[in-house]
Amino acid sequence: MHNLVYLLLRRMRLPLIIVILAYAISILGMVLIPGIDDQGNPWRMDFFHAFYFVSFLGSTIGFGEIPYPFTDAQRLWTMVAIYTTVIAWLFAIGSLFSLFSDPAFRRILSYTLFTRAVRGIREPFYLVCGLDDAGHLLVHELAGHCIRTVVIDNRESRVQALKLDDLPVYVPALCADAADAATLSAAGVNSRHCRGVIALTDSDPVNLTIAITSKLLSPELQVICRSESHDSEANMASFGTEHIINPFDTFARRFALMLKSPSMFLVYEWLTSIRDAPLREFAAPPKGTWVICGYGRFGKAIQKALSFEGIHTVLIESDIEKTAAPEGVIVGRGTEAITLYEADIENADGIIAGTDDDSNNLSIIITAVGLNKNLFTVGRQNRGSNEAIFNAARLDVIMQPGAIISQRIVALLTTPLLTDFLRLARQQGDSWANILVSRVIGVLTDRPPDSWTISVDAEQAPAMLEMIGKGNDVTIGMLCTDPRDLTATLPCVPLYLQRTADEILLPGNDCVLQPGDRVLFCGRQGARTYMRWTMNNFNALNFISTGEDRPSGYLWRWLAERHASR
Amino acid sequence: MNLEKVFFAFFIVLALTLNFGFFLGDLGDPDHHNVYELFAALVVSLIATVMKFGDRAHIGAVLLATSLVADLQLIAAVLVWGITVYGLETGLTPPIMASIVSLSGGALLANIISVVILVTETVMYRR
Repeated sequence: MHNLVYLLLRRMRLPLIIVILAYAISILGMVLIPGIDDQGNPWRMDFFHAFYFVSFLGSTIGFGEIPYPFTDAQRLWTMVAIYTTVIAWLFAIGSLFSLFSDPAFRRILSYTLFTRAVRGIREPFYLVCGLDDAGHLLVHELAGHCIRTVVIDNRESRVQALKLDDLPVYVPALCADAADAATLSAAGVNSRHCRGVIALTDSDPVNLTIAITSKLLSPELQVICRSESHDSEANMASFGTEHIINPFDTFARRFALMLKSPSMFLVYEWLTSIRDAPLREFAAPPKGTWVICGYGRFGKAIQKALSFEGIHTVLIESDIEKTAAPEGVIVGRGTEAITLYEADIENADGIIAGTDDDSNNLSIIITAVGLNKNLFTVGRQNRGSNEAIFNAARLDVIMQPGAIISQRIVALLTTPLLTDFLRLARQQGDSWANILVSRVIGVLTDRPPDSWTISVDAEQAPAMLEMIGKGNDVTIGMLCTDPRDLTATLPCVPLYLQRTADEILLPGNDCVLQPGDRVLFCGRQGARTYMRWTMNNFNALNFISTGEDRPSGYLWRWLAERHASR
Repeated sequence: MNLEKVFFAFFIVLALTLNFGFFLGDLGDPDHHNVYELFAALVVSLIATVMKFGDRAHIGAVLLATSLVADLQLIAAVLVWGITVYGLETGLTPPIMASIVSLSGGALLANIISVVILVTETVMYRR
């Protein structure tokens, strides 16, 4: 704030001096010039009257010639005074306005407002650096979960766009260089409410700088980084970055899973899906020959994953030198039919358009489908804004780096048990996944499932603790009962239970809960509200447990006891 | 030569000399204290204050403070003058003149401190 006042004062120096001088000269002139009073005697204006006269003159109010009508000499001087004071005022006010619209002044102003807003946050928040597709989606998702964020991006247009978005929580945003330690401090890295730093800029070196700066400034902070090369990944991991997310590797692993077990892939996709997305449908990619267009970072990752699964791939790449493509690669962009023919597209089963140009990717897919209608199509969508055309192209799988990154981070931050569940789920077979998919689909409508974690503790589940304390069992089945109708169950599936020394995958309805347990559920959006009611309200839980509506007041309870004893 | 320093020193010293001129003379005698001199002292002091606006150095801040004190003292003197002559219409009696002149004396002290700081700063830097 000091900066702002100093800047204001320094810039107003000259205009103020001019105003003072104009007033001084005008007043002095009015005092020195002789006049005549109403009796015709010589009279001179004193300083008091001169100041009064010039004050209303300069502000263009103009009460007239006070206290006596002026002589011609006085009128001459009044004209001089009018022009000097009015121009001096206009100059001063104009300088003030131009200062307010000065970019430097506005930058300092927005910086000051930003730091003040960050200092004012009194609840846990995450610092998000970088606002392209991934950051934008992430901020929206976290805001939807009522998790506060603070945002830094170096592009003014993105920051302005975020300010225009209608978010349910206030997100302070600053246009600045996130790799600068002073910026990170201003954005609250040292704040005791800051829970973590998420570096999502499109440059690996910048993400690396953000990660190391945050780790140095505040070592216990959780740091999540986006990285697109293995080199910087290793570097980030070396100083303890908690989570490093490579969108290409993440997608390649997911895609390999999709080939191996489409049901398991569906479980993954559903549980980590963002809330407003349409429900992904079951799709099984063929295991025959795949054509991969583009052997960049994405192409390399997916080729590695596919060959690990024992699937034959044909590569198409235009720049062999730069990408260090292996022998046997077909030279070309893949957008022309001739290259695709060369890759034997007519006998292939799937095509992956993985270049870094969205128009080329779409062109590859459309050309390829024209040559072979039965192709399974996978397209890489680099920019979130191209969503409409990619949807119109009806691809089987769309790989969008921003969405992949934000999904993973949202899952990490909002449902920590999900990672453990998915780790265990991977070890299960395809038939297990099929059963799970059919169970989950049974409780869903056309939206992806919501997943949530409950913990049996005093904060979240006081009613359950009370019930357990009285020696009664509380089972998962009771939690899944609709507290409004005992015969109905809530549209949700218990996925995973974690205790200090034990973990249970897909716990059954008769599983008895203990204090300290944490359970991961997934189900229809809104089901968790009723579950929270059961956990908090002893009467609701008792009703579910015994089937009796317990009288809640002392009087009715006393009457009920008398009635029972009779 | 720094033109800003020249202007500032000029106004600081001019404020002191004008104020001194007004202060000089019999304390309660209106004939010894010229109203033009008080007017000039106030205007010059105001300009000297504005010229220190936005100076982030410590010495600059102290100079701003002392010249603000001088301004306040002089404005108080001018107000006493104006109110007694035009508001209360008691005229410039010796006690009133004495309080006006002593207020300007306070401003004179603040001006002297400003000049001392100015000289100290100049000697320290020797540039």
